[in-house]
Amino acid sequence: MTVEEYLYYIILPILAVSVLLVFYRFVIGPSIADRVVALDLLITIGITLIALYSIVYDQSTFLDIAMILGLIAFLSTVAFSYYLEKRMKAQRKDKKKKNE
Amino acid sequence: MSDIAIIILSTFGAIFILLAAVGFVRMPDTYLRISVTTKAVTLGVGLILASAAIYFDDLSVTSRVLAIILFIILTAPVGGHLIGRTSYFLGVGMWKNSVLDELKGMYKENSHTLTSGFEGETEEEEKERKNQHNN
Repeated sequence: MTVEEYLYYIILPILAVSVLLVFYRFVIGPSIADRVVALDLLITIGITLIALYSIVYDQSTFLDIAMILGLIAFLSTVAFSYYLEKRMKAQRKDKKKKNE
Repeated sequence: MSDIAIIILSTFGAIFILLAAVGFVRMPDTYLRISVTTKAVTLGVGLILASAAIYFDDLSVTSRVLAIILFIILTAPVGGHLIGRTSYFLGVGMWKNSVLDELKGMYKENSHTLTSGFEGETEEEEKERKNQHNN
């Protein structure tokens, strides 16, 4: 068994199972913060999948895309948390106005 | 020789990621789930990327891999902190068996400013509190 076969038939299925588990949490929630973390985790596991495929197909250029995905994962987490906080502040303001 | 190193590193990385995914499903509240994703997954990703660096054995690939690992190690705690802070403000509940919530009552609800809770005290009160703490 070569290294490529080992990665393709044993490591990739393990990662596929973990992607399914994370996606299950992404679907059931319960809070929106859970979904944001699950999305971040899905992208991070996607980076490892890209690294494995770059070994299996002997294409080191795939790693560039992994780098960009890492950047996007961080940006999306920051943006989501920023706008969630902003939305909550706006909701509090609306409530205050209604009570007055 | 390098085949054995690749197999060992990628196996450990895959096991870490699988355990993190299981923990992500089974953990009882949001904060515990965030702690899972920022620790175990970072280690797993680092190990599998290191195995890619060993496989190619090339300076350009190794430097790229190091950049990715460094970036993930730098950004995972920051992202985890931000999303944890947001979920605290959103009022996401803690697990019912949690023992301590040190931030309770310390945040101003409208401005999100953090206070220590001891702003109004005089110097004598502060001395007394510190003495009590030391004893």
